[in-house]
Amino acid sequence: MNWGFWLPLMVVMSSMIPGLLIFLLPEERAVTRTLLNLGGALLKLALIAVMLWGVYYDRGYETRITLLPGFDLVMHASALAMFFVVLSGLLWLLTTIYAIGYLEGGQNKSRFFGFFSICVSATTGIALAGNLFSFVVFYELLTLATYPLVVHRGTPESLKAGRVYLAYTLAGGAMLMLGVIWLHSLVGPFDFVEGGALAPYQAEHAQLLTVIFFLLIAGLGVKASLVPLHGWLPLAMVAPAPVSALLHAVAVVKAGAFGIVRVVYDVYGVRVVEVLGLDEILAGLAALTILYGSVLALHQDNLKRRLAYSTVSQVSYIVLGVAIAGPLATIGGIVHLVHQGLMKITLFFCAGNLGETIGVHRISAMNGVGRRMPLTMAAFTIAALAMIGIPPLAGFVSKWYLGVGALEVGENWVIAVLVASSLLNAAYFLPIINAAWFNPPDGPWPKDVRRGRLETMPTLLWPPVITACAVVLAGVLANMPFSPLDWVKLIANRLYLP
Amino acid sequence: MTPSVLYALAGVLLFVGALYTLIIGPELVRRIMAFNIMGSGVFLVLIAFGARQPDAPTDPVPQAMVLTGVVVAVSATAVALALARHIHALSGHTRLPEDSPSDSI
Amino acid sequence: MTLTQLPWAVWCIMAPLLLAAACFVLGKRWGPLAGWLSAPLVAGVSSMLVWQVIEHGPQRYELGGWGAPLGIALRADGLSALMIAMTSAIVLIVSFYAHSYFQPAHGLTRHGDADDLAHRRQYFWPLWLLMWASMHALFLSNDLFNIYVTLEILGISSVALVSLAGGVALTAGMRYLFVTLTGSLFYLLGVALLYSAFGVLDLDLLGARVEAGPVVWAAFALMTVGLLLKTALFPLHFWLPSAHANAPAPVSALLSALVVKASFFLLVRLWLVVFGPLDALEWARLLGMLGSVAIIWGSIQALRQVRLKLLVAYSTVAQIGYLFVVFPLVAMGAPSAWPGGIYFVVSHAFAKAAMFLCAGTIARALGHDRIDMFHGVGKRHPVVIFAFGLAGISLMGLPPSGGYIAKWMLLSAAIETEQWVFMVVIHAGGLLAAAYVFRVLQHAFSSLPCVSPAQGEVPRAMELAPFVLAVIAILLGLAAPYPLMLMEIGDPFALATPAQGQP
Repeated sequence: MNWGFWLPLMVVMSSMIPGLLIFLLPEERAVTRTLLNLGGALLKLALIAVMLWGVYYDRGYETRITLLPGFDLVMHASALAMFFVVLSGLLWLLTTIYAIGYLEGGQNKSRFFGFFSICVSATTGIALAGNLFSFVVFYELLTLATYPLVVHRGTPESLKAGRVYLAYTLAGGAMLMLGVIWLHSLVGPFDFVEGGALAPYQAEHAQLLTVIFFLLIAGLGVKASLVPLHGWLPLAMVAPAPVSALLHAVAVVKAGAFGIVRVVYDVYGVRVVEVLGLDEILAGLAALTILYGSVLALHQDNLKRRLAYSTVSQVSYIVLGVAIAGPLATIGGIVHLVHQGLMKITLFFCAGNLGETIGVHRISAMNGVGRRMPLTMAAFTIAALAMIGIPPLAGFVSKWYLGVGALEVGENWVIAVLVASSLLNAAYFLPIINAAWFNPPDGPWPKDVRRGRLETMPTLLWPPVITACAVVLAGVLANMPFSPLDWVKLIANRLYLP
Repeated sequence: MTPSVLYALAGVLLFVGALYTLIIGPELVRRIMAFNIMGSGVFLVLIAFGARQPDAPTDPVPQAMVLTGVVVAVSATAVALALARHIHALSGHTRLPEDSPSDSI
Repeated sequence: MTLTQLPWAVWCIMAPLLLAAACFVLGKRWGPLAGWLSAPLVAGVSSMLVWQVIEHGPQRYELGGWGAPLGIALRADGLSALMIAMTSAIVLIVSFYAHSYFQPAHGLTRHGDADDLAHRRQYFWPLWLLMWASMHALFLSNDLFNIYVTLEILGISSVALVSLAGGVALTAGMRYLFVTLTGSLFYLLGVALLYSAFGVLDLDLLGARVEAGPVVWAAFALMTVGLLLKTALFPLHFWLPSAHANAPAPVSALLSALVVKASFFLLVRLWLVVFGPLDALEWARLLGMLGSVAIIWGSIQALRQVRLKLLVAYSTVAQIGYLFVVFPLVAMGAPSAWPGGIYFVVSHAFAKAAMFLCAGTIARALGHDRIDMFHGVGKRHPVVIFAFGLAGISLMGLPPSGGYIAKWMLLSAAIETEQWVFMVVIHAGGLLAAAYVFRVLQHAFSSLPCVSPAQGEVPRAMELAPFVLAVIAILLGLAAPYPLMLMEIGDPFALATPAQGQP
């Protein structure tokens, strides 16, 4: 068996096949379903580990299947791809554990976990996609697989959110597809190349390339929730907490941001983007989104909505880092892909815990929750402080590299954006932390589910605690080998090689 | 103008006239007859062209075609009449109602 | 004589024809069983022909041993083989569905007493096989007049099948009959003109002799209009929704999936083989514009429908529009649009057949098909809703599905030839399709309880058949090179490539 050929496909299929099998399971086969879920997640992690080891030693893993003459479905394990794959693989395992606890006693679980698995397969596919054609295939698959998750509860409110979600993402997908086909008709089929593939065409087709760039960014920006394409994200909050966690930290939003990374670095190339003058526009858009999202987050009383707007803001750090054409800012942007994922998933897990265990959904009702749920709130606090950018947590590392990178290329205004955004982050996170720890409870909780000696079910409690620890470790051990930062430095080195 | 062209033109005229009736008439039997006349028009065109050259013997292929065409037309008419009878039995008249596809099942 | 030398093309037509007669003769008791058993048999024969074409290239067979100018020839190139493969696969799967559909259900059926049902079942199978035979004959025929005969058999058997549902379907069938007969006569008049000018009926011979002139133009216009009427291109689609929506579910599936495609196939053949020298750019543009209007208008009508079967029928009106966008793209210099269009035909056929079968199953399960009363269907019949969703993905043109591949090819062609209007329309059509498909699907996800009382068990085959069809529609997106290779055998699009002889 040719491992170099099959391994990327197996990584994608390791969650797809359990997902399809789960569809066939009757509702009450909970044990089999859990086994399939966890088995798939662990198998995936094992395969990823093998692949990671190989990529580190510069082995090539590439699956290539011809879908259309000239257009191959390519899954290629590059350093950048592995970065995203590891994130999705790890967080999928945690989110699955969390979801099993969260949905206990819920309905339509086979449907939920089936689509959940397909969703992760699509994300892995997006990460591994070796050309734009494959990227679009997985990108649209992700849209389709997340819709049933968003409308899972089936209430009129969630159905409406589902409609809005589809309207945005399908229109975005259409624009992306248009841009991709246009690009192909211009330059023919090509694979992602570190450093970009379009440099030879830049002089000849400058104008068209600019138009296509905007089509691609518009298509990807919908999922990455760039302002003004972010409208679906706050509405999608009605989904169950594990879905929100997945949407915000790993799957949908990240897919968009990752796509922008791909387009800038591996399709156009930093230099072409710079010459065409597109980096400034992209950076401006990202800065606008960062500030706008933070300002809106300030006004939300619903905890999940506040977190949603916070996502709008935070994901644009990635875009910002990509748009500033310098190696250090690139490091800051790409490393935020993982850091933001860890922080945001922790926050959503915690929000879900509050809702499930003691029925608290609003920030105004959070007085004194720290006493009732100390571990959950400790995790929440760590993640929130990291978001603000307190050293030595993960968020600080991202912001540091972004700031230094911006100075390096003389984009001083970025510092102002970073400072303003951090202040806003503090303004919407610190009151929550303050209320949770230092205010007395207003009275009895709306409901109280207690299992054993822990503050909530263990499947709900441990995932956020683990991710919070990861947030700390990613910051403290940033300079250790195999830390996210270390891996990103490897990527950036390859990107900026002349 | 040779006779064959004259016949062909007559055939086209029949075709057009019958087509008009087929489109506007709501009465089923009338429309079924219109269809038959339309067919006859086409057959006339075929036969006429079969005898284009006055000296040469008549081309037999169009006649074979018309023969087949007549069989087809007869069977189509039979189906149409059977349907019309069913509609008559069901609704009491032989007209098509105004087109509204959204009728209930 | 070995297996590969048998004239499988002839058997593709003869087998269903003979079996249709046999079913009719066997009557009430054994006929339906024989009909059901014939389906795999005919499908087997068809697969032999496809295999023969793949192994030995295009096949030509002269009926009765008479040569071409006088005799009638059958021709099977890659394109016909693909059409026959598609037809046989779909008819076979739908036959399983139909077998259950016409079985007396527990308790009551919608159509009343058991006698009535037995009557329907008795006549269904001969007509069904006749329709199958006529489609095969149409795809294989290489003779203009012979094609006319196949068109008429196809039309008459379709009308009879539609009318089997009784009630409203009778008037729908009547209207359909007039339309299909008119279309055939337009076609026949065109044949008469062509014969008068060139004295041959064989497609290949005609293609070699034909040159632009007023008679050819007149024949071209007549035949095109006649076939457009049968293919139901906007604004000649007026008969389609009522006929397709009121027929029995398996019949609707075949009408939408295959019958309209048969006349489209013929149109493509004629444009390529006979009317190539006309260089009818303006006509191609006109067809493209009508197709664009069909896409938008049909989709909007689909969005507005209350009943599921009508929604699906209007979706067919819209999807037919895509097929005609191919003509201007080719005429403007993107011959790659032909394979794209044909791929669209194939993937739409599977997806649409699946959708109509889903609609039929849901109507059977609930006793109605009103979309706004679908709450909870997803819970009761998840397989059906899943199949509907999968088929919907192909209609929307989203990956991975056959519809996506076709849309990709069409969009590439549109961008290559800088046809921005068509590019926008193709895209808008996909989004509108998403709107009407999800309009149905969201009821499946609704948490409201099901308001329609259960009508008893739905047979297993009625859930599985649409699912299998939908899965094939998806698989077409993953195995595109094979059908594309098959359809290119014998170079059926040759005339569309003007640059053939040049470097």
